[in-house]
Amino acid sequence: MTGGLVILWTDGLIFLLLLFTVVFGVYASRREHLRGPWRLVVRSRVGVSTLVVLAFYVIVGLLDSIHFHPLAPSQEAGVESVRSGEVISLFDHLVTPLRERHEKTYSAPLATHLYAKETIELADGSVLRDYPRLQFGGAHLEDPHGDWAGDVLKLGLIGLSKGLLVTLVVGNILLALLAGRWRMGFGDAARAVLWGRTIVPWRVALVTLGVLLILVMVSIELSTGYHLLGTDKVGEDVFYQALKSIRTGLLIGTLTTLVMLPAAILLGIMAGYFRGWVDDLIQYTYTTLNSIPGVLLIAAAILMLQIYMSNHADDFNSLVERADLRLLFLCIILGVTSWTGLCRLLRGEAMKLREVDYVQAAEAFGVGHFQIILRHILPNVLHIVLITVVLDFSGLVLAEAVLSYVNIGVDPTMNSWGNMINSARLEMAREPVVWWSLLASMLFMFTLVLSANLFSDVVRDAFDPRLRNSR
Amino acid sequence: MTDTLLKVENLKTWLGDGEHPVRAVDGVDLEIRRGETFALLGESGCGKSMTALSIMRLLPPAGRIVGGEVLLGGTSLLDLPEYRMREARGGRMSMIFQEPMTSLNPVLTIGRQIGEAVRVHEGEIGQPLAKRVLELLKAVGIPDPERRMNEYPHQLSGGMKQRIMIAMALAGKPDLLIADEPTTALDVTIQAQVLALLKELQRDTGMAILLITHDLGVVAEVADRVAVMYAGQIIELAECERFFGHARHPYSQKLFQSLPDAGKRASQLSVIAGSVPDLDQPFSACRFIDRCEHAFADCQTAPGWTELGPGQGVRCYLAGKPEFRVSMTPVKAVQAPAMGGEGLSPLLNVDQLKVHFPIHKGVFRRTVGHVKAVDGVSLSIFAGRTVALVGESGCGKTTVGKGILQLIRPTAGRVQFDGDELTRLRGAALRSRRADLQIIFQDPMASMNPRMLVGDIVEEGMKAQRIGGNALQRRERVRELLEQVGLPGDAVSRYPHEFSGGQRQRICVARALAVDPRLIVCDEPTSALDVSVQAQILNLLKQLQNSHGLAYLFITHNISVVAYLADEVAVMYLGRIVERGEVNRLLAEPRHPYTQALLSAVPVADPASKREVIRLQGDMPSPAHPPSGCHFHPRCPVAMPVCRERYPAVTRLSDGREVSCFKVEQEG
Amino acid sequence: MIAYILRRILYAIPILIGVNVLTFVLFFVVNSPDDMARMHLGMKRVTPEAIQGWKAERGYDKPLLLNDSREGLEALTDTIFFQKSVKLFQFDFGISDSDRDIGYDISQRMWPSLAIAVPVLLVGLLVNITYALLIAFFRATYIDIWSVVLCVVMMSISGLFYIIGGQYLVSKLLHLVPISGYDTGVSAIKFLVLPVIIGVIGGIGSGTRWYRTLFLEEINRDYVRTARAKGLSEAVVLFRHVLKNAMIPILTGVVVVLPLLFMGSLITESFFGIPGLGSYTIDAINRQDFAIVRAMVFLGSVLYILGLLLTDISYTLVDPRVRLS
Repeated sequence: MTGGLVILWTDGLIFLLLLFTVVFGVYASRREHLRGPWRLVVRSRVGVSTLVVLAFYVIVGLLDSIHFHPLAPSQEAGVESVRSGEVISLFDHLVTPLRERHEKTYSAPLATHLYAKETIELADGSVLRDYPRLQFGGAHLEDPHGDWAGDVLKLGLIGLSKGLLVTLVVGNILLALLAGRWRMGFGDAARAVLWGRTIVPWRVALVTLGVLLILVMVSIELSTGYHLLGTDKVGEDVFYQALKSIRTGLLIGTLTTLVMLPAAILLGIMAGYFRGWVDDLIQYTYTTLNSIPGVLLIAAAILMLQIYMSNHADDFNSLVERADLRLLFLCIILGVTSWTGLCRLLRGEAMKLREVDYVQAAEAFGVGHFQIILRHILPNVLHIVLITVVLDFSGLVLAEAVLSYVNIGVDPTMNSWGNMINSARLEMAREPVVWWSLLASMLFMFTLVLSANLFSDVVRDAFDPRLRNSR
Repeated sequence: MTDTLLKVENLKTWLGDGEHPVRAVDGVDLEIRRGETFALLGESGCGKSMTALSIMRLLPPAGRIVGGEVLLGGTSLLDLPEYRMREARGGRMSMIFQEPMTSLNPVLTIGRQIGEAVRVHEGEIGQPLAKRVLELLKAVGIPDPERRMNEYPHQLSGGMKQRIMIAMALAGKPDLLIADEPTTALDVTIQAQVLALLKELQRDTGMAILLITHDLGVVAEVADRVAVMYAGQIIELAECERFFGHARHPYSQKLFQSLPDAGKRASQLSVIAGSVPDLDQPFSACRFIDRCEHAFADCQTAPGWTELGPGQGVRCYLAGKPEFRVSMTPVKAVQAPAMGGEGLSPLLNVDQLKVHFPIHKGVFRRTVGHVKAVDGVSLSIFAGRTVALVGESGCGKTTVGKGILQLIRPTAGRVQFDGDELTRLRGAALRSRRADLQIIFQDPMASMNPRMLVGDIVEEGMKAQRIGGNALQRRERVRELLEQVGLPGDAVSRYPHEFSGGQRQRICVARALAVDPRLIVCDEPTSALDVSVQAQILNLLKQLQNSHGLAYLFITHNISVVAYLADEVAVMYLGRIVERGEVNRLLAEPRHPYTQALLSAVPVADPASKREVIRLQGDMPSPAHPPSGCHFHPRCPVAMPVCRERYPAVTRLSDGREVSCFKVEQEG
Repeated sequence: MIAYILRRILYAIPILIGVNVLTFVLFFVVNSPDDMARMHLGMKRVTPEAIQGWKAERGYDKPLLLNDSREGLEALTDTIFFQKSVKLFQFDFGISDSDRDIGYDISQRMWPSLAIAVPVLLVGLLVNITYALLIAFFRATYIDIWSVVLCVVMMSISGLFYIIGGQYLVSKLLHLVPISGYDTGVSAIKFLVLPVIIGVIGGIGSGTRWYRTLFLEEINRDYVRTARAKGLSEAVVLFRHVLKNAMIPILTGVVVVLPLLFMGSLITESFFGIPGLGSYTIDAINRQDFAIVRAMVFLGSVLYILGLLLTDISYTLVDPRVRLS
């Protein structure tokens, strides 16, 4: 099934980020001041349910970040399959039917016919203007008008029951694990969870998971026979596009942060700790960068990138790679425009911490500057970094849409919610309106951003005791 | 009783809901008569502020009154609807708070803030309103009230702000003034002013005062009756005179014994073991049982209130036995401090130390002046001796400490430690010298990195100084040190926040000891602690000095601690030392007018002591613009013309004392 | 005070120079004018002559930093850096790549931008503060909790959806106002109503939440307790004490964006076809007109720095602690 593995730049970085997160997780689990707040997060109902939703997005995004050359099915029997030049991801491979079943042009969600009338030549040679049948959507139906409702209902119900079944299985496994951990009978554990008497709100987690699983199963079932969210202008499945956009959104939201973090932390702490000319220089740097309106800086940088790319078109092996590099570059530029906020925050905090007694005590012991920063300042600003990272995420996902709309976002060939909305803008002007692209992108984006926003609220409340107490 | 103004019955206030609400106030009864000053005494966290806030119905959002009754002149306050309660608040009773700095609205003028209170309760507007505000400002002794009316809070000093708060509280002509630690945030000389003002106002208006405080001295100074609060309950109630002579509850008696003073120099202070129990549990036993040396079987059930006479009572089984008296704990006599040997050269010699902070102004941030935080301080400390540096906040005493340690680089002057000139040392040379000089800070909360384990905190110095052998040996040493300061060995793997304030301060002492210092700068190490805990730390410091031959530079504003601990005292005013000498002689017979005023302003925990308080006018000037001549002359009661012209030179008296004052110079 | 302002202005100069150098590097060093010409003329078969012609027409044919062919000062002035970058300091924006006077275009197009941005700001401020005060009054009740949820939901919706949805609903279905376009004078109002309303709605979520945090922070301060201890009613406490203190960060937050209002909103203007500076910028980006983008980058920076300056000044005006010390 697979040819060679392809590691795109962003793939590498995203797995680096994953590694980084795991390492940080291990580090945090050993330190009470970091573990405590996380405990609060998983004990909040909003916290766990958004975590489940976010996990779903992350899984899709990660699956979509393992790229390889697929083996093209060889034309002649007996000949070795050859590696194609195409690059697809593991996710693409899993949803191959979605990816490959192209219609001619627009079709509405779950439709059996195209959205526009066409001239159809009938077998007897006569010509008819009608909505033609779709090649794939509802192709299995004998009588689309009569059977459609029943078929959709049937698939939906199958999906529902499959979803329930999976939930039940997963739920029982979870209960068994919990019972083992709490050292109590399965029945007791089940009762505790179902009556919501556990410290971590497992019931909420289970319900969220169940809803998600049912949605997934229903979507899978319906997608076997139909285009769940319709098709776009060139007949591509909109559901597929929306799913593919998840990776783009996540990447923008996380890689940007990864890119900006080292600079922001290092410079911010240095400016606050050393003060004097170091501070002046760093302040000058970020004020200058900050004074250029972000959109314009991004626009200028992306325009320049475009010129560079069109002049050096030969350097890129494939369209995917080219789009990937542009995405990476966008992350970097977004990072450059957004590190200043965190930097300023850290500068202020480091300045305050510098005067705190324990830093003075360390100085009185003759502890070196580097050690003081590493041991005393950094751990005490880490929660600010964490809060900023989580808070910035949703803003960046939203920014991607706007930038792509202005054509200075991700590559137009790349799947992203911004690009979907961009094309939807023209579709909204059509008569009758093509609304499903917009709806699909809105739905996926809204779910992600809302979960991220709610989650970041929980995280901030947990890590910022000052806010926790104010009410 | 017709003269009862406020009657609180079985008041219960809980904080937080959850499974373990904190029972901050747990069945408090009290009665305040018209025109009296009733002191509610207790250590931090005993529920005294919550009692006051419950009476005012101004509890924080987490708090709620779960039971009891509050009657103000017959009106049940807890049953009033909110709009009627507002009439009472600031009207029949008003309240002032501990932090005058943050208790005033920074963006409204003084006049408006007072006027607002006047308008709400007297309905006056326009000219009469302004007149009344002026009247109030005059009543609380604000100089130049017409100008002050239009000023903002940040333009006033702390003492002035507290006066403004009082003026505001007086606006509704209250029958009862609740003063919640009104002078805790202020310096002693200012405290004396404010306490005198409260007394004076009480005399003029006949209002009653509910004074909440932790300071036995303040109680002795102003109170008529005292109630002692412990762990959410009142455990003793008495007339002031009676209380100070014959406290009946073991806790109250212990409190007196743990107060440091000159008379106890030769012995260790008596301490109350352990700490106040957590209030998030219901109690069945006496709340003091774990800390009481006289607990017996009966104490397993909580004692009820025992009336001992009119207006006197105790919550203790022992109270029934009239002859009961907690004996002074037998204490080890402390050996006489190892004499530093006067003939030898001092361990630390500070000569004309100056720390100036530049003030920048103008387009190019030119330096236009200096804040002369420390302006020529000289002192010397011998090994094994304690020098106390005394002064009010802002006089530069902390900066002296940091300047000696080179945590702030001095602008000028010399700091010689054991022959080395510290001000000239740089980089590695200075770093290796740092083991000899250590510091203990005021706030045990802020002086330890909350993200580090106690073991790592104590070990840090050894690591930085590369002493103590390998990791295993260092660990062993950390354990030893912790034991030495009286902490369990398992403390190493816990975080600072798991310890109480006193324990944390012990950890700080252990941390300083880890590098075997010869001099420790103690920067107000006990001022954030309760009296009973303070005694523990003072004992520890004294004991360590004897066993290790440590020298201390003890920076403090607390005169009784000085009397107990110090060998020599230096009094600072506005960046300079005004008087310096041997502790007993200086405290007994201060010569500099500032020292005299300072010592006279310290409240003494004995209502019988009739001392004359020398009341200083105004506040300490800013060190950015010190007055010409003698810095003290604008406030000095005996200032002469020459004081305005130049700063007096040091006069050496026959008893070895050094004083900078023309008056003393003349008298010889 | 005057010395302070002067100092701030002096401080702005190195920043502007930094911005200028940065734009120069971005526009002329990363890609040479040759690259730009090739891009504009189409990739296939561009003759060197065509490139030279394109460059000469727009003044890009000069050396970047130093002109060896000129004498004296002209060696420095007759360069791309001097002609294209340094001249920005005189607000001489030059000619766009499509031969229009940029300075003139800007002066014409800033008014429609302001016509949208100013009402959005003012109405938004009013709505957000009112709502946030209401929430603060009902703090820790269900009104508070659900309002915060509503705010989070509203800020989770992309601004693009507000615009597309609003246009669809109001203009296409209900036919209340035209979908897009602009007119001069009073008749502009019917084109402005929808973008302004949408702009306000789009800002409610984050704005109200932010102000609520500010109010709650102030409500927990000691002086509020003092005000209550005086016997003031909750409404007076909120309006006279809390609002007045919270207005300091709110006002200064507004002042910093005031100058940037001139720049208009990229998205709103292009969706509603309003000929402001925002749509001007977008068009320039889409046409890859570097001269305009360069001019807008510089103008934006100047306005931002002006905003910082005004913020500092406004602090000294509204906060007595700063004014009088």
